[in-house]
Amino acid sequence: MHKSPDEYLLYCEDVTKAYGSKVVLEDIDLAVKHKEFCTVVGPSGCGKSTLLRLILGQERISSGTMLIDGAALHQPSPDRGIVYQKYSLFPHLTILENIMAGKQLSQPLWKKFSTRKTARDEAMVYLESVQLAEHAAKYPHQLSGGMQQRVAIAQALIMHPRVLLMDEPFGALDPGTRETMQLLILEIWEKYGMTIFFVTHDLEEAVFLGTRILVISQFYIHETKPPEESHGSRIVADYKLNDNAYSTRVKQTAAFGELIQTIRYEGFNPEVKQNAHDFNLTHSDSFVTYVGEK
Amino acid sequence: MKMRISLFKGLHAEPPPWLRVALAVLPFILFLAIYLFAAEIRHQENPQDKLLPTLTKIALAVEKVAIDPDPRSGNILLWQDTAASLKRLVLGVSIASIIGFFLGLNMGLLPGIRGLSLTFLTFIANIPPLAILPILFITFGVDQLGKVMLIILGTFPLIARDIYLETSKIPTNVVVKALTLGASQFGVIYRVVMPQILPRLIDTVRLVLGAAWLFLIASEAIASQDGLGYRIFLVRRYLSMDIIIVYVLWITMLAYAFDIFLRLLVSWLFPWYSAGKKD
Ligand SMILES: Nc1ncnc2c1ncn2[C@@H]1O[C@H](COP(=O)(O)OP(=O)(O)OP(=O)(O)O)[C@@H](O)[C@H]1O
Ligand SMILES: [Mg+2]
Repeated sequence: MHKSPDEYLLYCEDVTKAYGSKVVLEDIDLAVKHKEFCTVVGPSGCGKSTLLRLILGQERISSGTMLIDGAALHQPSPDRGIVYQKYSLFPHLTILENIMAGKQLSQPLWKKFSTRKTARDEAMVYLESVQLAEHAAKYPHQLSGGMQQRVAIAQALIMHPRVLLMDEPFGALDPGTRETMQLLILEIWEKYGMTIFFVTHDLEEAVFLGTRILVISQFYIHETKPPEESHGSRIVADYKLNDNAYSTRVKQTAAFGELIQTIRYEGFNPEVKQNAHDFNLTHSDSFVTYVGEK
Repeated sequence: MKMRISLFKGLHAEPPPWLRVALAVLPFILFLAIYLFAAEIRHQENPQDKLLPTLTKIALAVEKVAIDPDPRSGNILLWQDTAASLKRLVLGVSIASIIGFFLGLNMGLLPGIRGLSLTFLTFIANIPPLAILPILFITFGVDQLGKVMLIILGTFPLIARDIYLETSKIPTNVVVKALTLGASQFGVIYRVVMPQILPRLIDTVRLVLGAAWLFLIASEAIASQDGLGYRIFLVRRYLSMDIIIVYVLWITMLAYAFDIFLRLLVSWLFPWYSAGKKD
């Protein structure tokens, strides 16, 4: 069962990524519509960051098809923004300059000064939207982790990327800051209407934020390879999530907890291995090409 | 009960400010005292002793080289020598910095350039520069060029390798981030990475200055008409320890001043550099 690539922002078919002889991702089939908030979870080392790097164009797929807007992937470019877990701000620029960087770097060097004023004004708007206006003149090392991460988000947003990739962006934040950031990112997603891929270790966060959740795991029984032979990770579950509630109170409901339990059971338990035929791919955009009829 | 904190001994010692200053000055005073004591003993045996000149003799030497003009040339020797030496040193180190910086930067980021030059550079860096001094004198002459070339060849491989290592420490994520922010390849190298490496260049120059002084003095000692190294080796013939000591102290102070100046320069120009590094 194939999908038509044209309808989707991201279309992957039989995508495999290997480092040398180590297969990390195997036969990934994935179609994602524009403006989806796709959260990605999975056990450590399953290849979540690898998947993001592939979408970003930082690394190349080993085999298969991977299309963005129906076209083959190219090098990293401004249409796909990235927020890394570890603060990857430019240490030599002030906070404001970090946010201006996108506006300035995309201009030739000789226009740096003529475009400075407009870039500065625009950056200030984004800085205000992440509530850091009073820190404009500081350097990144003078800010706390949560603040730096907000700067990183503003830095990516100013480019208006069609796709925003986030790799455990709130991983190093305390629970309070984390919740504020979750609400902020939902607000931003509503306002700018981009597609988000959001990797996290926190299932609660994933279910709370996403409109769709992808569970990637290496713990499953391959349809052809014997169990002792190693295989790459696959998407083992794919759910449509409730439309966002914009209140952290949903986290206390029973359905919320149950879904988290199911996901934990399906994807994170090395003892429980599902058959590749039985993956819980209930999302309407989900498809597989590697297994025939049940 | 208040915990007792040691002033000097042990891992957890916390010397107060006055003690810090005292501790820093102490070795100087000790050394000076031993020297003066030894000089005094020798002068009691032989008032003409040349090996350990007393403070009076050193003061006379200062007057001779730094205040009174030289009877033959009419120039003040110390200034003349300093100007000649610094010209060579600054010229050599500047050129070496420019070559080393751009080579190291490009090697760190561009696999093609790295493949082309890394092995060769490592090889070059292992040539003992003083061993090829005769070749340099034959090829570039015993004038300025030969000496400047020695400094360049002796220091640029160090600078290039250090900048290369520092550049390769820039995480791929930073480069990728710059690309997603619309930077061109040129932009990544010269607008994103280069400004982050610049303060390291100054730190590297601080380190190679020691080697640069060595090459300068060695080449001046062998063939020259002026310069600090030339003078030291010239007066050695007359066992003029007093003048040698004045010159050595002067060179040391110059080198120390450069070091402090460069360190301050880094903290003025790049306030984010040392502060951001600690975490
Ligand atoms: N450049 C590389 N060379 C070789 N192996 C790699 C490379 N990058 C990643 N891997 C391997 O690929 C696998 C997946 O790595 P990846 O970083 O994508 O995992 P992850 O799901 O993001 O894990 P985590 O949750 O710990 O961040 C790991 O086993 C890792 O060892
Ligand atoms: Mg990861």
